[in-house]
Amino acid sequence: MIEDKDFQERIKKAERTAYRAAFVTAIASVLLLITIYYPSFSFGASNTEVLAEVEADEDRIENGIHVRTGLKEAAGLMTVVNNCTNCHSSKLVIQNRMTEERWNETIKWMQKKQGLWELGDDQKIIVDYLVKNYPPQKKGRRLALTDIEWYELED
Amino acid sequence: MLEGYTPIALQDPDPFELFKKHKDMLVLNDKPWNIESKAHLLDDKITPNSAMFIRNNGRIPENIDASNWVLTIDGESVKQPKSYSLRDLKTKFKQHTYQLTLECGGNGRSEYDPPAKGNQWSVGAVHCASWTGVRLKDILDDVGMKDDAVYIAYHSADTHLSGDPSKEPISRGCPVSKAMEAETLLAFQMNGKDIPLAHGYPLRLVAGGWPASVSGKWVNRISVRDIVHDGPKMTGTAYRVPCKSVAPGEKVKDEDMCIIESMPVKSLITYPKTGAMIKKDKTLSIRGHAWAGDFEVSKMEYSIDFGATWETCALDKPANRLAWQHFSADIKFPKTGYYEVWARATDSNGVSQPMVVPGWNPKGYLNNACHRIAVKVS
Repeated sequence: MIEDKDFQERIKKAERTAYRAAFVTAIASVLLLITIYYPSFSFGASNTEVLAEVEADEDRIENGIHVRTGLKEAAGLMTVVNNCTNCHSSKLVIQNRMTEERWNETIKWMQKKQGLWELGDDQKIIVDYLVKNYPPQKKGRRLALTDIEWYELED
Repeated sequence: MLEGYTPIALQDPDPFELFKKHKDMLVLNDKPWNIESKAHLLDDKITPNSAMFIRNNGRIPENIDASNWVLTIDGESVKQPKSYSLRDLKTKFKQHTYQLTLECGGNGRSEYDPPAKGNQWSVGAVHCASWTGVRLKDILDDVGMKDDAVYIAYHSADTHLSGDPSKEPISRGCPVSKAMEAETLLAFQMNGKDIPLAHGYPLRLVAGGWPASVSGKWVNRISVRDIVHDGPKMTGTAYRVPCKSVAPGEKVKDEDMCIIESMPVKSLITYPKTGAMIKKDKTLSIRGHAWAGDFEVSKMEYSIDFGATWETCALDKPANRLAWQHFSADIKFPKTGYYEVWARATDSNGVSQPMVVPGWNPKGYLNNACHRIAVKVS
């Protein structure tokens, strides 16, 4: 499935990001340890600055993807992140491909049944973002098999 | 302090470790947890926990105290409410073990066009584990139902995603006739052990052959209703399909939607995994499972020419009613090249799986189109 491929690529990206984050933490820890044992040693940046940088990274973008949620970087991204990922995962948003009309209906349903707040002017920003970045794809009555991982079948 | 500081990306628990799932399973949603299996992971005759899909509508309950767990039977149509501890259930009633097929109503949703809303399940939201418990019928008989009983409804310990304690994430059920079937269990064991938390520990209603959402997890109350139950996920479009078939994308009024009961006939090739490359002189042995809701599968076939011709597979009888059935076949390929092996089951009513995606419905339920795997012969 095309969507599966997209989705798996996002998962892989998220994994790579996690490794990168772990690497950054490891480096930062080493720097901290060095600073503790050699107080006179200077990197040109204080510990608090290092920490602040790691925390600010929460909303960083890599290769056009908002790392924390996997959502595409485009106009309206943070409005979507702030309104659509509190109650459910961004994965649910990314998997679903809908028209403007159906997104508006879905928002109405979430407000009626799931406790979503009134979105006001943000609703148009959110729906525009979704329709533009995650448009419905034509699948017809059956798609061809894609993304086959070929392997030799042993006896 | 940097020590003990964990970057955001690492704070989420590893679901594969948390739920003891195979690493090839696919996380569709982490809030709430929804995790899908793959065809080749479902090869066992009795599905192990590691390959069972997880579907949640709300938050998995925490800090369950099984020793103080109480099941209450109440509702308009009981003679008087009655409560049981887990120990009562285990000691006062006869225990039964059945292999029961549970398939998510939305399994296969990802193939619908125009797309349907919700978790985009592919083929892996089905399993057939071995469940041990007491018959719901025995409990209902012990409580005593009034003549006007229509439906039974479960209530559970999971919590709503919004955090609102007055809201239930899901409360579904089934008509009394299904509740009274011999295989409808209140189960406390799965595959011979306590049920894993994600699958309903310590008590799960198990109603094989119907959308798995009927099989409520973490059940602490069952209401016997004098109406068709109207809890969350019973009404509107949830677990319902148009009573009359509609064109793709057509709008359907809530009152024209009917509750899904028995699931349709379906099958899955679980061996080999798609993408097998074999030599022309070799025989390819395929196997898998087939199921048909409340019914039995009477015929299993495969095709290597996109349905132009079909060959019969060997097909086992079910271990018990509502258990999936195992099939196998040995395939010789006439030439080298690209092939797809398609599998098609036919139920005891003579109804077969379609090769194309079946009738569109607003929520994308009941896709029982034939499963296929890709094979290259050289």
